[in-house]
Amino acid sequence: MIEVKDVYFTYTSGVEALKGVSVTIRNGEFVAVMGQNGAGKTTLVKQFNGLLKPTKGEVLVDRVSTRDVSVARLARKVGFVFQNPDHQLFSETVEEEIAFALRNFGFEEAAVKRRITWALNLLGLTEYRKTSPFMLSGGERKRVALASVLAWNPKVVILDEPTIGQDHQQKEKLRQFIVQMNAQGKTVVIVTHDVEFVAECNPRVMLMNEGKIIADGEAKKILTDTEIVAQASIVPPQITQIFLGLADFGLPTDLIDVSEARKALVDYLEERAQP
Amino acid sequence: MAIIETKNLTYTYPGGSKPSIQDVSIAIERGEFVVLTGPSGCGKTTLCRCFNGLIPHFYSGKLEGDLTVADLKIANHPIHEIARHVGLVFQNPENQLFALSAEKDVAFGLENLGMPRDEIRKRVDWALQMTGIEELRERAPHELSGGQQQRVAIACVLAMQPDVMVLDEPTSFLDPMGAQKIFEVINELNQKLGITVILVEHRLDLASKYADHVIIMDEGKVILDGEPREVFKSQTARLIGVGIPKATRLWQMLMEDGIRLKKTPVNSEEAAKLLREVLKA
Repeated sequence: MIEVKDVYFTYTSGVEALKGVSVTIRNGEFVAVMGQNGAGKTTLVKQFNGLLKPTKGEVLVDRVSTRDVSVARLARKVGFVFQNPDHQLFSETVEEEIAFALRNFGFEEAAVKRRITWALNLLGLTEYRKTSPFMLSGGERKRVALASVLAWNPKVVILDEPTIGQDHQQKEKLRQFIVQMNAQGKTVVIVTHDVEFVAECNPRVMLMNEGKIIADGEAKKILTDTEIVAQASIVPPQITQIFLGLADFGLPTDLIDVSEARKALVDYLEERAQP
Repeated sequence: MAIIETKNLTYTYPGGSKPSIQDVSIAIERGEFVVLTGPSGCGKTTLCRCFNGLIPHFYSGKLEGDLTVADLKIANHPIHEIARHVGLVFQNPENQLFALSAEKDVAFGLENLGMPRDEIRKRVDWALQMTGIEELRERAPHELSGGQQQRVAIACVLAMQPDVMVLDEPTSFLDPMGAQKIFEVINELNQKLGITVILVEHRLDLASKYADHVIIMDEGKVILDGEPREVFKSQTARLIGVGIPKATRLWQMLMEDGIRLKKTPVNSEEAAKLLREVLKA
């Protein structure tokens, strides 16, 4: 779906944000891009929908170079939800906010209405349909921004820090929602610092540091590698930290999820209880 | 003596159909590190806006009940007077920063207090150093990343050396180590200078180890208020969807399996220690 071929990117300010990144994201994958502030995460994902074009190298989306297609055309395929919802929201009501892109993409008015209702319901925003986005809390505004992108049903959804300001329940909904989108064949890319959220989702994790990808693989494998994680300025999940403190009992140290932790401990104690 | 005390505090925004906070009665002691949490839209931010007088002095609407901060009845004192006692770090740093350099942003509040130049310089240097952004002092806030902006916003409030610092999700844009560093800075200010800290935070896995008082809100009301261990233990916390620390969640799950730890862990170090005892036995 997305092929990044030896991409370098330098901002006009002279900051070299990407220094030779090559990566392939297959159709229907769920990827979390993680790493230190300023590592180049947002710069990388902005290449995926053509908001930024490589200084050197090439990005292919559905086998077409992002240089050969307009951002507007790409946006239909690759939806981007910004980190800060205030960079995205501008309408008088939540409903108008969602309607804006749909009308721009030429959806009929009946379809616009239907999709608004669907997206509001999905993100638990139905009661705010006629409310101004700026009356809402930070977490709610974030959901409005997400709803407005999901409404046009892009094949790839990029979420820049989707869990900021979201409470636990909303995160759980978001997680289920991503799983569901994935099951429908959508490709989901998130940029996040939220280690516990990633531990619950278990996606493919790409760690970035100083404009390069320094690790790429299953969350369970990457997040429990204390050395590599420290290089990316990340703290391992709380469950991993607990089990690192219990390593001398011969318990596994590659656990990230609370349910697997429970099972490992119960199994260990049961086994020991046997004569 | 409580530094912040509310009695049946109820507030409705102008045009709001129902109160955003309702019958809030809490007491925060001087020097406490309070974590305030609850589902999105539960009234946390609104309550914080009361603590520094933004409500009722900036936001009109309808305020009922009592609120005393550092012996001042909030309703009777203007914001600039309250600001000497309570500093608020906003959720979104862009709403707080406006100057041409980080340094000037940090100096702004001090200049407004009419502080001597030397003292301002000293305080600014100190605040920039405490938050680890000395090298960004000449940079304009809009050139900074979200995480760097959050540090500048904290430095601004820190420089005022208030009695109480209210921080509304101050690390949400930071990477985990950056967040931990900020929490440690806040913790140090709390421990060394005795600044009372009220931290609004969803990510309890990261924040709870510093807290000695946790308040959980839901639908405008305070539903749990007390010592972290007692609060996280409560089934109510889980039921309203507060993401209690994974260490506490693991303790709950193990209890269902008949595995009992000596006490309720609230962080990974405690959990590992308590589990070691069980595994050794």
